[in-house]
Amino acid sequence: MKIDLISHENERELHTFRGGIHPEENKWQSTQEEIQIAPLPQQLIVPLQQHTGAPAKPIVEVGQKVLKGELIAKADGLISANIHAPSSGTVHAFVDHAIPHPSGLMAQCILIDTDGDDQWCPLEQHEDYLNLSSDKVLNIVRASGIAGMGGAGFPTSVKLHPRQTQLDTLIINAVECEPYITADDMLMRSYADEVLRGIEVMSRLLEPKHTVIAIEDNKPEACRAIKEAIEERNSHTGSKFESELAVIPTKYPSGGEKQLIYILTGQEVPSGGIPADIGVVCQNVATARSVYRAVRYGEPLISRITTLTGEQFNRPCNVEVLLGTPIAHLQTHFEYTPAKKEQLIIGGPMMGYTIQDAATPVVKTTNCILAPANQELGHDDLAQACIRCGLCTEACPAELLPQQLYWFSRSQEYEKAEHHNLFDCIECGACAYVCPSSIPLVQYYRHAKGEIKAKRLDAEKADKARIRFEARQERLERETTEKEAKRKARAEAAAKMQEEKRKLAEQQANSASPEAAIDPKKAAIEAALARKAQATPTEQTPEPSLEDLQETLAKAQGKLDKMMDALEDAKTNAPDNVAKLQRAVEKNQLRVNQAKQSLEKAEQKAKTQEPAAPVSAAPQVSIEELEVNVSKAQTKLEKMHDALSSARENAPDTVEKLERAVAKNEQRVLAAQNALCEAQAQAQAKPSTTEQSTASLEELQTAVEKAELKLEKMTDALEDAKANAPDNVEKLTRAVSKNQQRVKLAKEAFEKAQSQSGDLS
Amino acid sequence: MALVTRSSPHMRKQKSTASIMRWVILLCLPGLLAQTYFFGWGNLHNVILCALTAVLCEASILALRKRPIVVFLKDYSAILTGVLLGLALPPLAPWWVSVVATAFAIIFVKQLYGGLGYNPFNPAMAGYALVLISFPLAMTTNWSHPAQLQESFPSLSQTLETIWQVDSLDAPDGLTGATPLDVYKHEIKASTQEVVTNQDIFGFLVAHGWEWVNVAFLLGGLGLLALRIIHWQTPLGVILGIAIPALLFSSDPDQAVPLSLHLFAGATMLGAFFIATDPVSSSTTPKGRLIFGLGIGLLTYLIRSFGSYPDAIAFAVLLMNFAAPLIDVYTQPRTYGHTKAKHGPKAKEPS
Repeated sequence: MKIDLISHENERELHTFRGGIHPEENKWQSTQEEIQIAPLPQQLIVPLQQHTGAPAKPIVEVGQKVLKGELIAKADGLISANIHAPSSGTVHAFVDHAIPHPSGLMAQCILIDTDGDDQWCPLEQHEDYLNLSSDKVLNIVRASGIAGMGGAGFPTSVKLHPRQTQLDTLIINAVECEPYITADDMLMRSYADEVLRGIEVMSRLLEPKHTVIAIEDNKPEACRAIKEAIEERNSHTGSKFESELAVIPTKYPSGGEKQLIYILTGQEVPSGGIPADIGVVCQNVATARSVYRAVRYGEPLISRITTLTGEQFNRPCNVEVLLGTPIAHLQTHFEYTPAKKEQLIIGGPMMGYTIQDAATPVVKTTNCILAPANQELGHDDLAQACIRCGLCTEACPAELLPQQLYWFSRSQEYEKAEHHNLFDCIECGACAYVCPSSIPLVQYYRHAKGEIKAKRLDAEKADKARIRFEARQERLERETTEKEAKRKARAEAAAKMQEEKRKLAEQQANSASPEAAIDPKKAAIEAALARKAQATPTEQTPEPSLEDLQETLAKAQGKLDKMMDALEDAKTNAPDNVAKLQRAVEKNQLRVNQAKQSLEKAEQKAKTQEPAAPVSAAPQVSIEELEVNVSKAQTKLEKMHDALSSARENAPDTVEKLERAVAKNEQRVLAAQNALCEAQAQAQAKPSTTEQSTASLEELQTAVEKAELKLEKMTDALEDAKANAPDNVEKLTRAVSKNQQRVKLAKEAFEKAQSQSGDLS
Repeated sequence: MALVTRSSPHMRKQKSTASIMRWVILLCLPGLLAQTYFFGWGNLHNVILCALTAVLCEASILALRKRPIVVFLKDYSAILTGVLLGLALPPLAPWWVSVVATAFAIIFVKQLYGGLGYNPFNPAMAGYALVLISFPLAMTTNWSHPAQLQESFPSLSQTLETIWQVDSLDAPDGLTGATPLDVYKHEIKASTQEVVTNQDIFGFLVAHGWEWVNVAFLLGGLGLLALRIIHWQTPLGVILGIAIPALLFSSDPDQAVPLSLHLFAGATMLGAFFIATDPVSSSTTPKGRLIFGLGIGLLTYLIRSFGSYPDAIAFAVLLMNFAAPLIDVYTQPRTYGHTKAKHGPKAKEPS
């Protein structure tokens, strides 16, 4: 069907982009009738994501009554959009439901059972909407949840934000170059005045030098409607409407943002850039109308005009449909007969995507539902070999070499593909359309792009992991050197002490009875008892030793460092965990501070009690402590064994290292056990344990507390693990039960000690 | 009810590889008609013989490779290779010359590289070069004498007898000979233009019959251009590649072959429009195609002028086939949104 072409009386010089195709337009079918109103469905399926950016956050509850136009989900961040109830009713449920997306994946939707009243919530109307402040208008647009209705669905308020440099051109995209789609065409025919008013609102916000409405010359009625509306406005207001109308020659993909900008301005959007970089902003014509409805009447975006076309719709037409209306509902009301190989395309035949479920709802970006008959769009030919005919190169509007990209994508030479500007491909499908070998070229490009993006992400992750690993390695090294230094210091102190002890023993031996001289061990014990007796009155609560405190401090600081690392990491990778980690870091800082304070206190005390301290901190190691040491060493050993076996499986390089470590630890365990035995023997030999019990009461309490805390953490971790990583659950369960035992033991010991000390007092 | 899932675009233009090949074959016909009118049945016979051989070879290799035979035969590419060889080979060359050339073209040059789309060399020209090197005598002396210069139009049986060598020792005299291009090249060294072109094979215009055959191929080629099956860069490149050096260095027709003979006496038009434009083995970028064509033209001129072979299209095309991938790498167009075109195999600058 030939449409009478209209003259191109344009105010501006038009440019012709290279490439492009002229597919069968097939627009006449759906322009035979006026815009129909789609009947209200019983249930609306409202996806939380109908736009580019983050999904909105629901603010209603199941069972809640909502009115038409009521906010039901709030924009999450700047690049997001509000979602409103398309009709009045009750929130039925939150479910994962099929949404219009090429992936065919499910996404969160709010189900609303409509009550049939279609009752509006109170709306804020503005008679003098042109005199509102920019901020106010922007806020209204943002609150109304308007997102680009041409197909991309970018939040409109973001694009309407005033910018520092003056905007050169605001382009109203009414080109609608895809075959079959007529939603914008019909919208302009019916609502030209509202479109103009919307454009006026937008150009007042952006204050561009030029505002251009671009329409393809295959829509003479729409052009005429816009022209008439402009004339009427001019005669009405007495001033000239600031927008110019540009009628551009029909060619696919003239409506592509980059192509349209070139046609109208002769400028190209730099590769990887956005139109604003060259002072251009594009807005869809339907978006303009929505902006007007929102600003003037306060109506949020809850409906849109969608084309129902393709031979399977016996009555192809355009419908004004509530967002969330299932496509199946439209099928039943607009005389749909399914084809043998049924296919539903969202969007046009060139860039649209098929969906898998007819229950998929209409969303803000759904401009067309195409249900073609089996042979309507061409035969389903098998792909043949590429003969390098070069038709694709001629058709490519981005001036790429599609067949080179095809060879590179196919042979997974992604670097070469990138070098051939794969990422400048706009996936318009012109190359695949002309390919005589029926090669699904665009599919190859999409796949290659996906692979390259995944690889980039992997490389980024690997880089981060490497940096983290290096930092950890450095920290571990630092810690070992520090530990080594401390160990040396302790050894020296011990040697000194030994020396003093020896001297003391000598003195005692010299002065005391010969009996003592015969039995030096007994003497030593007696000496120790004497010392204890001396020390007890001054030290009701046994002060933790200076070394202990220093160690705690170092430990706490180490932990804090780790936490900080983790926090940094989390900030870049997992924003959800940041808050949690920050709290943990704060807690640890507190601990470090406490440790520092107690260390200082202890140091002061140590200073004041210089002579007493070394004596009181005698190397009288309690049995409990030794026991703890032994068990610690044993668990360490166990862990080492585990690590060793897993290392054998996974990383043979580290096996040797681990074996050495295990051997070392075995020795340590032995040493600890020996020490324990010795101490136990000593304790048996000792007549009284009172001092010990009093001394360890405090210690035991802290031990119990510590164990309990650890247990809590473990249980948390277990819960977590159950939810996330089932593999670790077993391991963690074991750890938890072990800790439970420990807590029990510690409690018992504590109670025993308490009762003993109670007896004593 | 399962909905069909497909990747966009869902719409396709109905122009298939097979239809492209069919158009090329169809537009060869004016040239073939002219050849038959001026030189007898030889070319027509060869076209049929080569096409049959090509189909047979293609089918047997496809069977060996366990590929669907009918599907691939339907792309008409094997037939086209056969047709081009039939048009290019000397009309009265013995049958085995045609069969060897075609079999080599299909089996070795095309199928062993992976079949349609994967051959780096032009199959027809590789087959032609093989027999030209292997059987130089058969390939230079079996050009038929223009039919109009003979006593009567050579009969079909006479043609068949010559080609199938029924009576091999007594090939009728005056039926075959060398091409005018070859004759001129060899005789001009010791003579003048006037003397050389006085021979009847040069006729009144350029070379008896040859000029019309070339015009016919030119017309067919323009048809291909009009149908946008071939791109203008390659044929223009070939013609310019021959014409520019011929104008510059062979302006004296008493010294060397003049431009008119270069363009209208040999296989220039067939080569420029039907052979150099083979998409598979040629350059694929717009600029690259021009360079590719210029290279073929220049090499043709050089080989014709300084080589000992009667014509040079086959060698020139094969040599430029070698260069095509490299040309592609250095002739990328400037992509939308980029300030300049990228050149070379590797990324240098982050744009």
